[in-house]
Amino acid sequence: MQPGLYHILFLSAALFFIGVYGFLTRRNLITMLMSIELILNSVNLNFIAFNKYLWPNQMDGLFFTLFIIAIAAAEAAVAIAIIINLYRSHNSIDVENAEDLKY
Amino acid sequence: MNLLLLIGLPLLTAVAVLLSRNKEQVKWISLLGSMAQLALAFMLFFIFRNERATGNVTQMLFEQNYPLFSSLNINFHFGVDGISVAMILLTSFVVVAGVLVSWNIEKMTKEFYFLLLLLGMGAYGFFISLDLFILFFFLEISVIPKYLLIGIWGSGRKEYSANKLALMLMGGSALILVGILGLYFAAGRSFDIMELSKATVSLSYQHILFPLLFVGFGVFTALFPLHTWVPDGHSSAPTAGSMFLAGISMKLGGYGCLRVATYLLPEGAKEFANIIIILSAIAILYGAFATMMQKDLKYINAYSSVSHVGFSLLGIGMLTQTAITGALMQMVSHGLMTALFFAVIGMIYDRTHTRMVGEMGGLMKKLPFISSVFFIVGLCSLGLPGLSGFVAEMTIFMGSWENTDAFHRIATIAAAMSIVVTAVYILRAIGNTVMGPIRNESYLSLKDAAWNERLAAIILVVGILAIGIAPGWLNDLLRPAAEEIMNRIAGN
Amino acid sequence: MPNVTAIALIPLLPLAGFLLLGLFGRKYLKNSSGIIGTVLLLASTILALYTAYEYFFVYGKVAGVYEKFVPLQLTWLQFSPGVSIDMGLIIDPISVMMLVVVTFISLMVHIYSLGYLKGEERFPTYYSFLGLFTFSMLGLVLASNIFQIYIFWELVGVSSFLLIGYYYDKPSAVAACKKAFIVTRFADLGFLIGILILSFSGGTLDFSTLIERLTSPETNEFKAAAASTFLGASALTWGAALVFVGGAGKSAMFPLHIWLPDAMEGPTPVSALIHAATMVVAGVFLVARLFPIFSVAVPGVLEIIGWVGAISAIVAAIIACTQTDIKRVLAYSTMSQIGYMMFALGVSKYGGESGLGYTASMFHLFTHAMFKALLFLGAGAVIHYVHSNDMKDMGGLRKLLPITHITFLIACLAIAGVPPFAGFFSKEEILLAAYNNNMAIYWIALITSGITAFYMFRLYFNIFWSKELPSYTKATKGKEGGFVMMLPLVLLAIGAAAAGFIPFGEFVSSDGTVLHSHFDLTFSAAPVILGLAGIFTALWLYKKQNDKPAKLATSLGGIYKMAYNKFYIDEIYLFITKNVLFNLIGRPAAWFDKNIVDGLMNLIGNITQSISEGIKKVQSGKVQQYAIYFLGGVIVLAVLFIYIWK
Repeated sequence: MQPGLYHILFLSAALFFIGVYGFLTRRNLITMLMSIELILNSVNLNFIAFNKYLWPNQMDGLFFTLFIIAIAAAEAAVAIAIIINLYRSHNSIDVENAEDLKY
Repeated sequence: MNLLLLIGLPLLTAVAVLLSRNKEQVKWISLLGSMAQLALAFMLFFIFRNERATGNVTQMLFEQNYPLFSSLNINFHFGVDGISVAMILLTSFVVVAGVLVSWNIEKMTKEFYFLLLLLGMGAYGFFISLDLFILFFFLEISVIPKYLLIGIWGSGRKEYSANKLALMLMGGSALILVGILGLYFAAGRSFDIMELSKATVSLSYQHILFPLLFVGFGVFTALFPLHTWVPDGHSSAPTAGSMFLAGISMKLGGYGCLRVATYLLPEGAKEFANIIIILSAIAILYGAFATMMQKDLKYINAYSSVSHVGFSLLGIGMLTQTAITGALMQMVSHGLMTALFFAVIGMIYDRTHTRMVGEMGGLMKKLPFISSVFFIVGLCSLGLPGLSGFVAEMTIFMGSWENTDAFHRIATIAAAMSIVVTAVYILRAIGNTVMGPIRNESYLSLKDAAWNERLAAIILVVGILAIGIAPGWLNDLLRPAAEEIMNRIAGN
Repeated sequence: MPNVTAIALIPLLPLAGFLLLGLFGRKYLKNSSGIIGTVLLLASTILALYTAYEYFFVYGKVAGVYEKFVPLQLTWLQFSPGVSIDMGLIIDPISVMMLVVVTFISLMVHIYSLGYLKGEERFPTYYSFLGLFTFSMLGLVLASNIFQIYIFWELVGVSSFLLIGYYYDKPSAVAACKKAFIVTRFADLGFLIGILILSFSGGTLDFSTLIERLTSPETNEFKAAAASTFLGASALTWGAALVFVGGAGKSAMFPLHIWLPDAMEGPTPVSALIHAATMVVAGVFLVARLFPIFSVAVPGVLEIIGWVGAISAIVAAIIACTQTDIKRVLAYSTMSQIGYMMFALGVSKYGGESGLGYTASMFHLFTHAMFKALLFLGAGAVIHYVHSNDMKDMGGLRKLLPITHITFLIACLAIAGVPPFAGFFSKEEILLAAYNNNMAIYWIALITSGITAFYMFRLYFNIFWSKELPSYTKATKGKEGGFVMMLPLVLLAIGAAAAGFIPFGEFVSSDGTVLHSHFDLTFSAAPVILGLAGIFTALWLYKKQNDKPAKLATSLGGIYKMAYNKFYIDEIYLFITKNVLFNLIGRPAAWFDKNIVDGLMNLIGNITQSISEGIKKVQSGKVQQYAIYFLGGVIVLAVLFIYIWK
């Protein structure tokens, strides 16, 4: 059976909510970052799926996906840099220990 | 005469102060700069008189107009009439005196003088601006230094007072800004006072905009019941800060009430005149009664300022030429007087380390000069002839009495009653501080005023006497300008 | 024609003295200040006498009437066309008469003070204040403009304040000077409003024009002023009555008199000058100055003036009988005599023979200045010698102070109205004027004159007779004050004895015409007999120390106590100021400002702050919480967009 649009959308929705769940429940910043990556990837999946099934002769969805991947890479770099700094100052990468950053 | 000098010179002085190396340099540069401003103000005064004497009756003299932002019709438009000249003279007197009495400031001297000069510059700019946008700009310039002056060099609850003052004045500014923008759109996209004075603004707009502008400027000049920043602000401010606050800042408000609110929106002024009269009559009496109960010299002068400034608002509310002239005279007179009063209080405080009336006594014995000045300023405050307060108050009374209906008459009588209450609190203050037996043995070793304090006091006393003994010159200066305003009110 | 320079110099010389001594006295002229002040005033006095001579005998009379001249008028402050404060000099009979009185008495006081205040630390200050006072008083009498008179009115008030408070380290002196200033200031409020009303009605501030416009019924100003009414009285009545309130305050009329006795805290020569001879009669002078308006336009106000004067006269006389501080006795006596002057004006009319009261009032002002200044300076000499104000500390001084004794006796006889001393003539005229117009006031005045004789001789006997050889005779070996203190006494005694023979009516009358005074022996009998009766009662009671006065006091009981406590008027004032002014108005105003007005501002600030406190909690710093809010928001929006706002 060929996978159809709905299958892929289902997969991406599952991926998205797994990501959200992970983001909301995990306390480890690295895990939370990974969850964000999951969310981003679910969006990527959507873009590609819609591009392929609805407007196969256009490339917009692919371009968007590439942008997101690039930006996600940059974002991950920044986020990890922040996490490292946080670890240096707090000796922990637990998100609950980072609450005092609001001050 | 190029009016930009009036902004340029203080700015130059302020920058020079920032660049100077030590405290001595800072002081002397400030003193020289402020003296130069005084000389400049006198020059302006005499050139202005000359122009008028040669028959130049244009409303504004020495006008200059440069476009700043032509798509929004904002211009650097400057010019002076009699009112501005009088206010500039007042400012220059107070600036010199303020610089002199701050001679012994130890903490961050450079910054202190810089802020003082900046404040002075804001006032000069305000008084010569003929463009509401620029006027507002200079008004704001003179607010920020006050916050810092009180917050850094103040005493007592200085943070509270500084916040209160800055927030209330900013609140007033917000109203002014809305009012100015409203005027801009209502009168066909112009900020120019001269153009606006010829434009017609519809009645409904006038009735909305006038209260905004009048109350906005009223906050600056302690319009009842928005005067509560005055007592706290004054009592926490350093001596020169109080002098500038009462001597200059409160006059910005009075000038704005007249020049912007009343002059540009005559119908609004007529509509709300009675409310202004009621509020100012309350302020006069209530301020006086509240003063009676104060024990701190600075509070005494702050509340009495509320009462005295009420007179100038009363004069504006009366809407007759004589009353408005009187109101302007009162602004000048009160500026000089209250600056001197704060200066004297500062001098006394520096020696006795208390401002509580009940703890002093018999200062006349050891501090004859300061006490004499205290006498003079007290008598000026209670309206003794020969000193400036009398002239201004009597002009206001005479002008108020020209309104023949019972309401105005009763308001005038109520205001006149304050001369008795004023006598009560001034004499209490004098009687308990400079007169009476010495209550504190340590006062026997006090030293009388130093040269800088003497000079400051003498400069201000000369100003008070010049108005009090020969008021003609001030009257000649203000009356034609008041007439222009009255023409606008009557003609519309 | 008047000599402008000479007249202008009369007030300006004392002013020069004030400036010179005030600015440089303390440092450079410490020892010569008294001489400088005195010399300047001597020049002033000579000029005043010269002016008086020129006016009364050379140019003043035009066609049998003394004219009013205004030789100088400078605009000081212009209000509107026609309405301006002018600084001018007015020359008419009363101003010239006052010039002489003020400069002469002031000169006497200047000379006397050279001895009295010798060695005082603030000697130059004292003389500079005297100069300021003399200048202001002369400016007041020369004023040609109703506002000018107000200006100098305030200036004499402040010089009086400064001089009463001369001993500034004495709390009682400080309290007294404050009281004097505030009470008169209260009255001045009435004066000010009166000026506003009159000047608005007349459309001018100039005396001559004002009087002209407000006295002739044809002018528009008069019609308008008479037509506009407020609370049942015309604007004119209100204006005149309020101006009189000002006069009553300055002249210590009942019930605004409370400051005068306390004012005795000042140096005694000052009391002689300001609080006996010159400043306190300014109220009388003011009424006289505006007399045409009072008499022609609003006769009702004259009635009030008459009664206020009469009541003040008798109340003060009664109080004076019980006081033991000799200066206070004299102060009440001053108040009583000014009451005479006041009601003399009250019973007068304008013009001709019926203007007798006016002439009598001015005459009494003139003679009173002489004998009352003499009494005060004499009392000063006594105080200087005894170092006490209380008559209990005195007695038997006639041998130790012979010159003072004789001159004091002359003054007492003059004030008691014994012929041929000055007081007799002027009082007689006043009584005659009252007799012709108002019998009730006449009887009050008659009784008062008897009481006056009694309390003056009570004072006299208590000081100079009573006890024999008091204890202090050995302690103070000094003699009577020196030449400088005795010379003024002698000169004033000559005045007090002889001033009555001046044919006053020929020079000063309400309309400038000659008024011949004629004396009727039968009319004079009653007051003279009453006066003698008063003197003999005093002789009987106080000649020798005995217990009769004490018995009398106890037998009078309540009345004596009332009078001794000045009818509790001070207490009433104190109650009003303390409870009403301070506690009922001042304190609530201060409280209201601190708690309500300021509280409102603080409330606005606090509300803003608490709102932000509430919102602050949302910013917890918990990233995951933010994420949930974010998610919830997205879901809500999604639901909204998809299902509701399709």
